[in-house]
Amino acid sequence: MTTTVNPVTLNLRAVWGRAYVRIVGANREPSWIFFDGILPLLGIAAYVFIYEGFFRGISTPEARAALNALVGFVVLGGVMIAFWMNVLWSMASQLYWEKEMGNLQLYMMAPMSRLALLGGMAIGGIFMTSVRALVTLIAGIYVFGVHFTLANPLLLLAVFFVTLIALYGMGMMFASLYLLWGREAYHMSALLEEPIFLVSGFYFPIGAFPQVGAWGRAIAIGGSIIPATLGLDALRQILFPATTASFQFLDVQTELLLLVVLAVVFLILARHTLGYMEMLARREGRLTARHQ
Amino acid sequence: MSANVDRHWRSFKWAAWLGWQIESNWTEPWLFAIYSVIKPVAGAFILVLMYVVFAAIGTGGNFTDPAGLARFNFIYIGNAFFIFVGNTLFGTFQVIQADREWYQTLRYVYISPISYYTYIVGRAFTKISIATFAVLITLAFGVAFLHIRVDLALEEVPAFLAALVLGALCLVGIGVSLSALSFLTARHVRGLAEGVPGIFYLFCGVLFPLSILPEWGQALGKAIPLTYWFEILRRILMPPAMLTEIATTSPTTLESFGLVEVLVLLLVSATLFLVLSVGLFRLMEWLARRAGKLDMTTAY
Repeated sequence: MTTTVNPVTLNLRAVWGRAYVRIVGANREPSWIFFDGILPLLGIAAYVFIYEGFFRGISTPEARAALNALVGFVVLGGVMIAFWMNVLWSMASQLYWEKEMGNLQLYMMAPMSRLALLGGMAIGGIFMTSVRALVTLIAGIYVFGVHFTLANPLLLLAVFFVTLIALYGMGMMFASLYLLWGREAYHMSALLEEPIFLVSGFYFPIGAFPQVGAWGRAIAIGGSIIPATLGLDALRQILFPATTASFQFLDVQTELLLLVVLAVVFLILARHTLGYMEMLARREGRLTARHQ
Repeated sequence: MSANVDRHWRSFKWAAWLGWQIESNWTEPWLFAIYSVIKPVAGAFILVLMYVVFAAIGTGGNFTDPAGLARFNFIYIGNAFFIFVGNTLFGTFQVIQADREWYQTLRYVYISPISYYTYIVGRAFTKISIATFAVLITLAFGVAFLHIRVDLALEEVPAFLAALVLGALCLVGIGVSLSALSFLTARHVRGLAEGVPGIFYLFCGVLFPLSILPEWGQALGKAIPLTYWFEILRRILMPPAMLTEIATTSPTTLESFGLVEVLVLLLVSATLFLVLSVGLFRLMEWLARRAGKLDMTTAY
């Protein structure tokens, strides 16, 4: 007897099934809130104090406003770092580790779309990371005393969610590529930390790049392929309109449009790279071989 | 006695070799060299850009303001030596999780005739070696391209090396102590790797003089030996004029400590941390064996 299941229902179940493991796993082991939520705040605080140190002795109202915005930039950067780290270590590297643990062949045999699997992974990851992001944001407001200007909440939400979709779409694409790169995956993720913190301007406005020369502008443009770069710049412009004027890279509308394009492109590329990976799995039969 | 020393040396030597293989054998040497350079240089450039933003707003675009340059020098050198902290700590407390969960080889390594404590130290040694290379690259890059001034007199070299070694031993002691905790915790290495160095990054005056912190933060910073390590390294390496500039505008509050005092403090701290690490390692190992957690996997 054969049972027909609606493919949409099947894939939605697969999304929920993969997300469930992360959500429930997180609840069963609440110690991660301290390790992944509270401890990373200390590193962010250090960058806040760098700006505090620079501005020590300068007490004009303009300097105070600039300091508030720069501390806010660091806090927003900290929020985005949480998502970027999750994309690197829990999305991009995940299929590689699943292979090492012997789960990948089970995923390949299951009758669902591989995109549904990655989608579930992303939703579970966003849930876990949102806690860290929220802790960072609350610390920014109550511990570092950052004042935001929330003039257009809808635009803010639109930018934030499109950025997340683009970012996790990139992670889904990387997941297949990392699988092909094998043990280089770990090093690739490590390599995409500080250099991406730099080119995406996690601790400073991306508009500062052109001020260090023509090559700076080139880095800013090149770095825009990382959705966090444009998303972060747009969020900062929405929340700190006065201070970002002197460091404007692109206007918010253009950045939102580019983010939509990036989201679509990365999701399409993720589908293609998954297909390529599956083709290799069938043709060469080596994708489930461990320690390569 | 000799057999015991042999066992520890063998454990250390092969663990360091294994660590090096894991770090480097995934690619060609030239690509590994580029990889090793890009990370620290990018980290340094973040500080450059932060300074550019400050200079544009705070000093009206005056990038050669002496106070600003002294602060930038202070930050840059602190950040360069912090590479040791991050690498050594991550190098030690990732070992148990990596072996247990990523490669699932802990059970085999553990039952082999080695000292697992020394094995962790050996694995960390690889990271320290790579960190040394990264620190040198960062400092050389700063001197060559970013107007960083390093002023190391020949007669100061022994004190500099002594401080460096004692600081590294302190870090290994702290690292193995934390590593021992991961016998019992789930896959939290990444959080620990970000968080614990974050404590030192924030409270040890790595990027800003201690006087910038609130009173309680200064007190906490003064209780951590690494604060004195950064102070003494900078005192040896930075030009005196810049140190005076820092002491005038934002003192480190450690100016009254002499070189010998700091070296003795580091020696005592390193000894204490190493003794603590042995005790904690044995306790956690015993608890993990009793709870059957030596080869648990918690990744999802």
